[in-house]
Amino acid sequence: MSLSENTTVDVKNLVNEVLEAYPEKSRKRRAKHLNVLEAEAKDCGVKSNVKSIPGVMTIRGCAYAGSKGVVWGPIKDMIHISHGPVGCGYYSWSGRRNYYIGDTGVDSWGTMHFTSDFQEKDIVFGGDKKLHKVIEEINELFPLVNGISIQSECPIGLIGDDIEAVARAKSAEIGKPVIPVRCEGFRGVSQSLGHHIANDAIRDWVFEKTEPKAGFVSTPYDVTIIGDYNIGGDAWSSRILLEEIGLRVIAQWSGDGTLAELENTPKAKVNLIHCYRSMNYIARHMEEKFNIPWMEYNFFGPSQIAESLRKIAALFDDKIKENAEKVIARYQPMVDAVIAKYKPRLNGKKVMIYVGGLRPRHVVDAYHDLGMEIIGTGYEFAHNDDYQRTPHYVKEGTLIYDDVTAFELEKFVEAMRPDLVASGIKEKYVFQKMGLPFRQMHSWDYSGPYHGYDGFAIFARDMDLAINNPVWGVMKAPF
Amino acid sequence: MTDKLSQSADKVLDHYTLFRQPEYAAMFEKKKTEFEYGHSDEEVARVSEWTKSEDYKAKNFAREAVVINPTKACQPIGAMFAAQGFEGTLPFVHGSQGCVAYYRTHLTRHFKEPNSAVSSSMTEDAAVFGGLNNMIDGLANAYALYKPKMIAVMTTCMAEVIGDDLQGFIANAKNKDSVPADFPVPYAHTPAFVGSHIVGYDNMIKGILTNFWGTSENFDTPKTEQINLIPGFDGFAVGNNRELKRIAGEFGVKLQILSDVSDNFDTPMDGEYRMYDGGTTIEETKEALHAKATLSMQEYNTTQTLQFCKEKGQQVAKFNYPMGVTATDELLLKLAELSGKPVPASLKLERGRLVDAIADSHTHMHGKRFAVYGDPDFCLGMTRFLLELGAEPVHILSTSGSKKWEKQVQKALDGSPFGASGAAHGGKDLWHLRSLIFTDKVDYIIGNSYGKYLERDTKIPLIRLTYPIFDRHHHHRYPTWGYQGALNVLVRILDRIFEDIDANTNIVGKTDYSFDLIR
Repeated sequence: MSLSENTTVDVKNLVNEVLEAYPEKSRKRRAKHLNVLEAEAKDCGVKSNVKSIPGVMTIRGCAYAGSKGVVWGPIKDMIHISHGPVGCGYYSWSGRRNYYIGDTGVDSWGTMHFTSDFQEKDIVFGGDKKLHKVIEEINELFPLVNGISIQSECPIGLIGDDIEAVARAKSAEIGKPVIPVRCEGFRGVSQSLGHHIANDAIRDWVFEKTEPKAGFVSTPYDVTIIGDYNIGGDAWSSRILLEEIGLRVIAQWSGDGTLAELENTPKAKVNLIHCYRSMNYIARHMEEKFNIPWMEYNFFGPSQIAESLRKIAALFDDKIKENAEKVIARYQPMVDAVIAKYKPRLNGKKVMIYVGGLRPRHVVDAYHDLGMEIIGTGYEFAHNDDYQRTPHYVKEGTLIYDDVTAFELEKFVEAMRPDLVASGIKEKYVFQKMGLPFRQMHSWDYSGPYHGYDGFAIFARDMDLAINNPVWGVMKAPF
Repeated sequence: MTDKLSQSADKVLDHYTLFRQPEYAAMFEKKKTEFEYGHSDEEVARVSEWTKSEDYKAKNFAREAVVINPTKACQPIGAMFAAQGFEGTLPFVHGSQGCVAYYRTHLTRHFKEPNSAVSSSMTEDAAVFGGLNNMIDGLANAYALYKPKMIAVMTTCMAEVIGDDLQGFIANAKNKDSVPADFPVPYAHTPAFVGSHIVGYDNMIKGILTNFWGTSENFDTPKTEQINLIPGFDGFAVGNNRELKRIAGEFGVKLQILSDVSDNFDTPMDGEYRMYDGGTTIEETKEALHAKATLSMQEYNTTQTLQFCKEKGQQVAKFNYPMGVTATDELLLKLAELSGKPVPASLKLERGRLVDAIADSHTHMHGKRFAVYGDPDFCLGMTRFLLELGAEPVHILSTSGSKKWEKQVQKALDGSPFGASGAAHGGKDLWHLRSLIFTDKVDYIIGNSYGKYLERDTKIPLIRLTYPIFDRHHHHRYPTWGYQGALNVLVRILDRIFEDIDANTNIVGKTDYSFDLIR
C-alpha cells in the first residue's frame, strides 16, 4: 500500500514547497537529501554523510558526542576524561541513561563527569602537562579504575597537544590502559565520525596493547553484543534471550560493558551487531584480523526478534536451533496478549520517525507488529549503507529525509499530520505544542527497555499511552 | 528456566521493576562473576569506605587539575539563554555544531520547552581556513528559514581558538546580503575556556546592548523614569520574571526586564508551535538606554554589563539572587529609592504574610544544617535566606565562585550566629562536596538535579532549587524571588523536611510513635 493511496498529501510536491524557503544554494544542497521512496528501490535515493548546511538548525551532534557520549562513555569500569573546556562533559553528563550495575565513584563511573576544565592558559601553553596531572589524580582518588580514556574536545586538535605521548607515558606509569581518542567535535560531519574514531581507538589501544584475560575459557557458544548501549536496559533484555537459547554473551559493547569484555572479545565465535552504524567498523576489523564473523540482528518487535533469533541460531548447532524455537514459542503467548491488548488501540496510526543510528529502520517492524504505519523516516548521521538497508523495512511512498532541518521536519509534520512523531528531545516539545503525540526514540522517553520480548511490551504500552492520552482532547479551548 | 514470564500484557514491567525479577538478577550475577573481571566485593567495600574518610578528603582537596562533577557549564549556553530573552531572537552559535545540540538539549530538559538556536556548522576545513563562509551562508539560511527579528551571534571554543573575528565576519556577511544591512546582528565572543555560563550571559547582554546603545561612553545620555532589570541566568526565570513584573505593577514603576525568557520558555499547548514568544523587544532594548538605572539580580552574571550601563550615565545596583525577607526588602527599597515611590501597601501585606508563615514553621527550620551549591549568586541568596530562617548553612560551594565571592559568603555567615559553622568553597566541585558532607554531616542539601548522586551516596535529602532540574517537573514555573517566591522556597524546604521525618518514623511498632498526624 503506497502512501499516495491513503493520504491526500502529495508528498513530492510538499518537498518542493518546503525547499522553496531556502536561498538557492542551500535549496540545491538540501534537495539531494529529501526523497519519496520509489517501488523496488535499492536505496532511498538520498545523499548522506555530508556536511550540514550552516544556519539551518541541524539536529546532529559532533564526533565527541559519538565517541564519549555513545561508544566510550558506557564502559563502566573506566574513567573517561572530557579533555578540554568544561561544557562538553557537562552537557553529556548522565544524558543518555546507559544503565549499568556498579558502585558509582568506587568501581564504576558512568554517571560522573570528569574534565580537565581548560582555562585560557591551557589553550595558550598547551594542556599536556595538565593532562598528566589529571591522570595521576584520577588514579590516586579512584584506585579501582581499570583504565582511562582521553576524549578530545575541539581545542585539543587545534592547539597541537600530543595526547598520545601523554597516554603512553601515563599508561606505563600507572600500569593501566590509557587511551587517547581524537574525537574533536569539528572532525567529520556528525557524531558518526566519532563512532568510527572511537572504534579505531579500541582497535589500536585495546586490541593492540592488551590481551584477553588469562584463564578465560572459551566455549563454542561464545558471542558478543556489539552496538547496544543499554539505554533503559536494552542490552539486558537482549542478553537474556541470547542466554536463553544457550549462547554465552562474553562481552557487551558498550552498555554496562567493562574493559575486560572489550579485551576478551577477540575470543568470540561470532559478533552480533545491533547498531550497525556505530560499531560496524570494529566488527569488520575483527573479521579481518581474527576471522570472527559478524551478523546484524534486530531485537525491536516480535517479528524481527523471531527472525533474528533464528538467524543467530542458524550459525550454531541443532541444540541452539531447537532452543531458539522453544524461546520464541515461550514468549509467543505474552506477545500475542500484548498485541491483542494494544493493536486495536493503535491499528492504522501513522508514524513519522527521525532519529539516528539504526532506529530509523530497525524500529519500523515493531510499529508494524502493532498495526501502525510509517509514513516518513530519516537518519541524523547515516551513510549510504544505511539507506541501502532501509527499503527492506519501509514502503513505497514513504518520505525519506536525511539530516533533516528543524524547519523541514516541522513543515513535513504539519502537512502530513501523523498520529505520532518519534524523534528526540529537541523535537519533542515542538510537536507536542502542535498537538501531536510524541515519543522520544533516543532515550525511550525515560522508559524502556524496548529491545527484546520484554521490551516490546513496554514499547507497545508507551506508544498507546502517548497516542491515547486524554490531554490531546482538551487542547482546544471551548471559547 | 520456568515457563512463567515476569513480563505480561496485563501488568507491563519497565526498567523500574523488570530488572529486579529473579531471571535478571541471576543474569547480572553471572555477567559479573564470569565476564567483568572486576574487583572483589570486599575490595570495593573497603575503597567505598575510604572515599568517605578524612584521609580521602585531604587527597580530594589536594586536587589541582581534574574537575569532577562541577557546578558550571560553558559560556555559550549562558549567551544563548540571554539572547533567547529578546523578542524574535535566534541565537547563532559560530563554531562546531555539536555544541548547539548540547545547549538546546540541556535547556529543553530543564524547561520542558522547545529551544531554537542554529550553528554555523564549522568542520575541519573551517578550522584551517576560518569560518567566514559558514557565517555568510549560515546567516542567510537562518534569516530565510526562521524569520527572526534579530540574530545574536556567539562562539564555541573552536572558533575562539582559531581566532575568528565576529565583527568583521558579520560585516562581511552583510556585504554579501546574507541579511539586510540594517538587520540587528549583535554578537559576543564567548570562549568556553574563560569563566562559565554566567560570564557568557554577561557577554551576550553586553553585546546586545552595545549593538543598540553604541560603544562610546556617554554619561549625559538623557534619562527617563524607567528602571531596567537584568535577571541573569536563572532556571526559575519563568516564574521569577513574571513575579518581578507583578511587583513592578504593584509599585507603579516602569520596570524594563532586559532579556525576559518567561514567555519564550513557557508557551501554551494549543495546537500552534511558537518558535519565538514574548521577550524584550528591540524598541524596548533601544529605549532602555534612557533608563535612569539598571538593576542586576545576579552580580556575577553582569559584571561587564553593569560597568557598561554606568558608562551610559545610568545608576546601577546589584543583588545576589535575592531570596527571603531581607533580600526582598532590599530590592523593594532600591526600587522605592530610584522611583521615589513608597513600597506599596499590597507588598507590605505580602511581606507580613511571609513572615507569618516563617513564624508558623520556624521550629522545623531552626538549627537544621544545610549544604548549598550552585552559581555564586544563587549560593549567596540561598545562604542569606537560610540564616534568616534560623537554619545553618554549613557547606556553601560554587565551582564558579571566586575569592571575592568566598568573602561575600563569609560576610553573610559572620552576620548571624547561625552562620558560625559555615564555610564557602569557591572553585570546588560536587566531588569535593561529597567529601565535605561525609566528614561534616548536614541535614539537607540544596542544589540541582546533579545533586541526586550526592543524595544517593550520603543519604542526605536533596532539595532542588536551582538549574538544572531535569528529574522533577514544572518547579521553574513558580517564582523564588519576591515575598511570594520566598514562600514557595520555604514550602519546598519544609515539605522535604516533613517527608524526611515521616520516612524516618514509619516502622510499625518500632518508630511510628513519632509518625505524627499534627506537625
